[in-house]
Order: sequence, then structure tokens, then C-alpha cells
Amino acid sequence: MSDLKRLALHDLHVALGGKMVAFAGYEMPVQYPLGVMKEHLQTRQSAGLFDVSHMGQVILRPKGSYEATALAFEALMPVDVLSVAEGRQRYGLFTNDSGGILDDLMFANRGDHLFVVVNAACKEADLAHMQAHLSDTTEVIAVTDRCLLALQGPQAEAALSRLVPQAAAMRFMDVAQVPTLFGELWISRSGYTGEDGYEISVPEAGAEGLAKALLDMPEVEAIGLGARDSLRLEAGLCLYGHDIDETTSPVEAALTWAIQKARRAGGARAGGFPGAARILRELAEGPERLRVGLRPEGRAPMREGVELFATDGTPLGKITSGGFGPSVEAPVAMGYVARAHAGIGTELAAELRGKRQPLTVAAMPFQPTTYKR
Amino acid sequence: MKYTKEHEWLRVEGDLVVVGITQHAAEALGDVVFVELPEPETQVAAGDEVCVIESVKAASDILAPVDGEIVAVNEALADNPGLVNEDPLGAAWFFKMKIDDLGVLDDLMDEDEYNELIG
Repeated sequence: MSDLKRLALHDLHVALGGKMVAFAGYEMPVQYPLGVMKEHLQTRQSAGLFDVSHMGQVILRPKGSYEATALAFEALMPVDVLSVAEGRQRYGLFTNDSGGILDDLMFANRGDHLFVVVNAACKEADLAHMQAHLSDTTEVIAVTDRCLLALQGPQAEAALSRLVPQAAAMRFMDVAQVPTLFGELWISRSGYTGEDGYEISVPEAGAEGLAKALLDMPEVEAIGLGARDSLRLEAGLCLYGHDIDETTSPVEAALTWAIQKARRAGGARAGGFPGAARILRELAEGPERLRVGLRPEGRAPMREGVELFATDGTPLGKITSGGFGPSVEAPVAMGYVARAHAGIGTELAAELRGKRQPLTVAAMPFQPTTYKR
Repeated sequence: MKYTKEHEWLRVEGDLVVVGITQHAAEALGDVVFVELPEPETQVAAGDEVCVIESVKAASDILAPVDGEIVAVNEALADNPGLVNEDPLGAAWFFKMKIDDLGVLDDLMDEDEYNELIG
């Protein structure tokens, strides 16, 4: 794994028994001795600590006013950036000229600047994209000396509050910068598991101390990428490069909740983002295909790439993510189907090992979310 | 007990051969969530794909280790696939085969040879 980058906490993962695999150019722990299933359930029942330092952290520092930077950033996304209040975070997505998705991300208003977290596999392209489009108004600064840890689960608040009492008062999608003995933490009350919890940006020098302090708590275990994937799948959350990519529009991907009123037809700042023609048309008329939740009958998991058909045999699309949901205790999947077959409860068939197997379009999330709103 | 390169074990039980997967294989697969068993009374040739195991990570096949007839399958695995992780060498047997000549088992690995294979 010589071409792969190593996490700052690599030695800690190895010491914890983490099984390291290649992911997005990094050596990442896919699981620890607990195993994917127990790590998943641990996160749902107590708390799990994830190292997601492979993700890109970026500061957008205005050269002039905050508003000018927010508007320039907004021109890259069908998202209302301007209305995000100080201390709050929002989900966003970069679109291309044909209305596809370049990446999905989180951004926060930190008063005099924005803080952005992007996917690992896209971070170089995202940086270039932001530098190309924001440089008139904004200094685009890659943050490379910090780790990013996610603490997720119903006991996350109790655990983090012991070290950072302020964390308890935060609500879902609040952000805070808090000086601690581990350095200044940049905390958001968010994550990607469907559970309440936090993402914590910590200076590399303090990361091991913070991780160990959390792992020493009885509620917390280290959790690998394997369980991260099954957790986000049960929560109905998209994995970039699988469920969404440069060909899928946000409307097809059922991410219309991320397109606020201000950017829609008739809104205060309608359109004006890449791919607006397609995205606004799909909002008005409906897309040709839609990302849907799928519940296979029986216990056999249906994974990415499995083809989907109407009950009369008409090809409809493919599964983009799928597996066994340890909390749902059944296989769950998501994929794209023609809109006429996207209604909840629609019966479909999937081709699995040469046989047609029944599955049903189902509401997402598969597992109720527990965000602290 | 005999072993194959595909990490299966074979145990002679009367005139039948019982087949399962090794501890090493069960650990490598991770948590097993689904097992698809063959139909009993099926004639199989060595190397035929006869079972599918799905773990939280991926799907894998179990191959018939020798020529013969599958005469019984372990239905308990369909209801409780996690048995494969809990007791791979015992309760989580997959199927029983009738084979013409038990002598073919002599070509398979014994425990020392298998342990050497998995290092």
C-alpha cells in the first residue's frame, strides 16, 4: 500500500487492531476486532468513534465581505448559502453544467468566513473548482494540519460533554469553535450515520489525545468504514460516486430538500447555478428517474450493480448501494428507477445470481434518525 | 478432518461426508448474514458452486469439494446465518454428501498442511 497516504492516527488504528484497506487514496481502517455488525450496533446503541480525516477541510476566507463570498459560493450550488446563520451548518452540493453532481459537502457560517468539508475522493477537484470560481472574492485555503473525527450515537453527547461541556447545548447542524487541551476543536453537531452525534476537527497534535480520551470512555468504541457504510445506508444517505455522481441530478437523487426556496423558480435568487436549466425543469416537471429505497424480500443482500426490473420484465435501473442492515435486520438498498415505478410500495424484481427476486420500493430512512433538532 | 484450498473442512460421518468452512474462512468473511443452500438430492461435481454465503462485506461461493450427491443441508443456517461465525466447525455445517469412494479424501489436506497454507 505504498502509494497510499497514511492518516495521522495510523499507528493508533493499527494498535487498536484495525484492518487497514485502501479507500480514496488512503489506508483506512475498514473494521476493528469487534467486526462490522457489532460496530454498527455499537454506534446505534451507544457511541462510535470514526476517523474521517481523509475528508477535505477547506476554509473560504472572504477577500472583501462575507456576503460576497457566500454569493460566489452559492453560484456553484443550487443551495441557499446566504441565509445560513452564524454558527450553523448546511448540506450542499456542487453541480456541473449539465445538472449532475460534482460532490456533496457540508458548509458552515463561522461569522467572518465559511468552513467546508468535502469528500476525500473529490477534494483535489473540489479545491481546483473553488479556486477557479471563487478567487475574485475569496481565499480558498485547504486545511491540511487537522484530523476529522466523528463521534456518533445516542451516548455521543454524554461522552463529548465530559471533555467539552458546551457540546451538550448544541443542536443538530450547530457549529462551534472551542479551545481545549487538545487544541481548538471545530465541532459540528452532525454526522453521516443517522444518529445524533458530532464531527470534530482537531489539530493533528491533539488528535491522538482526543481520540484516546474518547475511546477510554465505556460508551465509546472505534468504528471502521464498513460499519460507516451500513449506518449511512440504513439512514438513506448517499455515498458520492455510488448513489450520486456527475450524471445524477439532485432532483433525480431525491435531494430536493437541499434546494431551498430562494434558489427555485420564483425565489429571491432563483437559478444562477451550474445546470440550473435541467434542475429547475426537473423540479417543475419531475425527473425521468428517481433514487428510491428498496427492501428485498428474504434475507439475501442486493448490492451495487444489481439490475432492477418492473414485474413485467421491463428494465428500470440499477441498485447503487445495498447490503444487510444490521439494525433493520434485513437487506436494504437504494437505486434508480423510472419515475412511474418510484412510488412507495411498488413491487419490482432484481436479477440476483441469474434469478429474478422480488423487492419493494420503500421509504427512507430505513432506520429512524435521531438527530437532536 | 480434511481441508481444501477453498477453506472448507470435510468430516466423515458413517458413509457420509459433512462439509463446512474453516474458522479462518469464517473470520475472513466477517459477519455472515445470508446463506443460500443447495437442494438436497443434487448430483454435484467437484468445483461446482453449491452454496452462496453473504457477509456484511461480500458474497462468496462454497464449492463442492468432491464429486457426489448432496443428501442433506443444514436448514438452521437459513434462519440463523450467524452460526457460521459462532461455530463454523460444528453447528454451522453446510451440507452432507454421499460419495462413491471415500479414498478421494486422501488427496485433501490434513490439519497440519492446512495450517501451513493459512500461515
